[in-house]
Amino acid sequence: LQKGAAWPRRGNTMKKTGAQILWESLVREGVTCLFGYPGGAILPAYDAMLDYPLRHILVRHEQGATHMADGYARATGNVGVAVATSGPGATNMVTGIATAMMDSSPIVCITGQVGSKLIGSDAFQETDITGITLPITKHNYLITRADEVARVVREAFYVARSGRPGPVLIDITKDAQQSSTEFVWPDAPKLRGYRPDHRPVAREIQHALDLIHSAKRPLILAGHGIMISGAMEVVRQFAERTHIPVTTTLLGIGAFPASHPLNLGMMGMHGEAFVNTAIQEADLLLAFGMRFDDRVTGNLKTYALNAKKIHIDIDPAEINKNVRADVGLVGDLRETLENLLPRIESCDRSEWIGYITDLKGDAAVRDIQNLPDNGHLYAAHVINDIWRTTDGKAIVVTDVGQHQMWEAQYYKHDDARTLITSGGLGTMGFALPAAIGAKVARPDAEVWVVVGDGGFQMTMCELATIVQENIDINIAVINNGYLGMVRQWQEFFYERRYAATPLVNPDFVKLAEAFGLKAMKVTKRADVVTSVEAARRHQGTVLIDFAVEQEDSVFPMVPAGNDLHNMIRRPSAIVETGADA
Amino acid sequence: MNTFVVLVENVPGVLTRVASLIRRRGFNIESLTVGHTETPEVSRMTIVVDTDELGARRVEANLYKLINVLRIDNITGQPSVSRDLALVKVTATRETRTEIMQLAEAYRGRIVDVAPNSLMIEVTGNEDKVDSIVEVLRPYGILEMARTGRVTMARGQIQQPAITRIFEDVDAPKEDVAVSYSV
Repeated sequence: LQKGAAWPRRGNTMKKTGAQILWESLVREGVTCLFGYPGGAILPAYDAMLDYPLRHILVRHEQGATHMADGYARATGNVGVAVATSGPGATNMVTGIATAMMDSSPIVCITGQVGSKLIGSDAFQETDITGITLPITKHNYLITRADEVARVVREAFYVARSGRPGPVLIDITKDAQQSSTEFVWPDAPKLRGYRPDHRPVAREIQHALDLIHSAKRPLILAGHGIMISGAMEVVRQFAERTHIPVTTTLLGIGAFPASHPLNLGMMGMHGEAFVNTAIQEADLLLAFGMRFDDRVTGNLKTYALNAKKIHIDIDPAEINKNVRADVGLVGDLRETLENLLPRIESCDRSEWIGYITDLKGDAAVRDIQNLPDNGHLYAAHVINDIWRTTDGKAIVVTDVGQHQMWEAQYYKHDDARTLITSGGLGTMGFALPAAIGAKVARPDAEVWVVVGDGGFQMTMCELATIVQENIDINIAVINNGYLGMVRQWQEFFYERRYAATPLVNPDFVKLAEAFGLKAMKVTKRADVVTSVEAARRHQGTVLIDFAVEQEDSVFPMVPAGNDLHNMIRRPSAIVETGADA
Repeated sequence: MNTFVVLVENVPGVLTRVASLIRRRGFNIESLTVGHTETPEVSRMTIVVDTDELGARRVEANLYKLINVLRIDNITGQPSVSRDLALVKVTATRETRTEIMQLAEAYRGRIVDVAPNSLMIEVTGNEDKVDSIVEVLRPYGILEMARTGRVTMARGQIQQPAITRIFEDVDAPKEDVAVSYSV
């Protein structure tokens, strides 16, 4: 069924219940699958759902439903949908909604609500979810009448995916689901107070061109907005024509091919030292769809003091928020760059590029592939081997922590939307459910979960969803028996006092087997590739428990709030991420 | 201090959305008033926020992101009229009553209630004037006071659609109102 097409056999003005209108509207918005968990206040909707061509994925916790919708959205750019009941069902969604908000991911969350007459009476499973989610949604709605459903669904999808995307929540009272009304599919939404279609003015474009042409040491800071806007190709052309090197944010990984000679890699707290040095020495920063997060800038007072900044973003509130922009271009990134590109003159930057190449020196993430096996299993090796074995073509969904940074450093992404990770909110427990969502969205793609032993246990109940819904992904648990990143901070900044970071873990192999999944444990580097290959061959989800070095740390590192150029470097050739062993 | 005139859709929850946004972005609301406008479905807020110019731009840009917000004007420094209304109940004895009434008169206040031991004075004006009469009345013993907070309106005709103002750069010529930032 095409997006926006009329659902066959159903006229436009039939009487329908609010529940029927809900699903009818979703189908018309192009929704084919949703992630949810039923309950009392959403029961009328669930009952009506059976009559519509929608694949419902039954999750084990509503947080999982929101992360799945989020993973679905990030893998494709389409709106992901999560459904829950009122009260605890709705509040369980909060973490997933906040995650989507921080990373500009378009999801629509639908929650049941107690009957409109009961609102405000502390009824069973009543909670003010529109109030609770007000600061963490792009917009939200409370529907109390069936005749509001179609308009609100239409608006919600429009708001979620347009402009800077984000989560929208629709709370529907039980009586609004049950009562009947004429169904009228509304025209395209007209929201007087919402204008996502900004365009930069000619004068500012000219100002930007002048800065670009006169810059001697320019850098492109590539962010998530490139993928949201679909600007990958024009960014590549822009970089090639201007010979400006590119560094990415964590969420910008994949926006510019890792193998491209102009790609320097990731910037920021765990970015390469030479990249951060280059930022500090640049005379022009071109920020493309990124928001100068504190994990990227370090101390703002010393950040890129020599550089003019051109900031292109669709959200006006991002301009001058953290870093003062010399030129702020508010608009769609692809459109803006397509406008700039014909007027760009090719410039010679060989001196600057040569300088950066010299800076790389010993600082670069090195080729760890060919280092001898010293008997230790390092997470970096595991991730690098997964990269090699999957030809860099897998969609990798990570959790949050050390493994996430190692993934960013050692899995080289050439394609957009192939790294899915919780950046802004840093949500542990994100990986497994988000990977399920990504796989549902991209059934053709090979999906790998890279997750720590801590984060995995936050949402591992979704293994049951994998089994029930026949999801075929692979799970690499990077198991170091610690909350690794927190342990690393304790090691660096709290005199190795390991407060509440050592983990006593279950046997992950037995656990996965209890769910009915194939699983194996790997303790030696020599077995990494064979296990990854075995998992790839196997039909169905495989969990591999990689027992890695326990007290390994991610280097280099800019301690939170420090100057970007003052990084903690690998203390010695031996202790680093196995790289020089 | 920055004064914003914000036009919003008159729908449930809009006051919460605006107030919550300003709070969560770390700004303090000095005063917020809301009421009807000439258009039934539109409400008007006058919001006073204690911040500098860059902060004011952030408030403005973020308010603009709210879907129920139709229009924002930062009218700080523009020729405008501001009014605050106060009801002040003050102790009044036989000896002081005339004196207080004279003071109220001096501020063009009105006596709206007379009781054996108190007077209620209604005074309207900008905040300085209201502050001033409050100070003058304080020695007599203020029993109760209610102030509305500031409502503000720019003088003369509106220059340009306010929504575009937030994208305007600081030094830009005033006729260029399209989307851009430059500092």
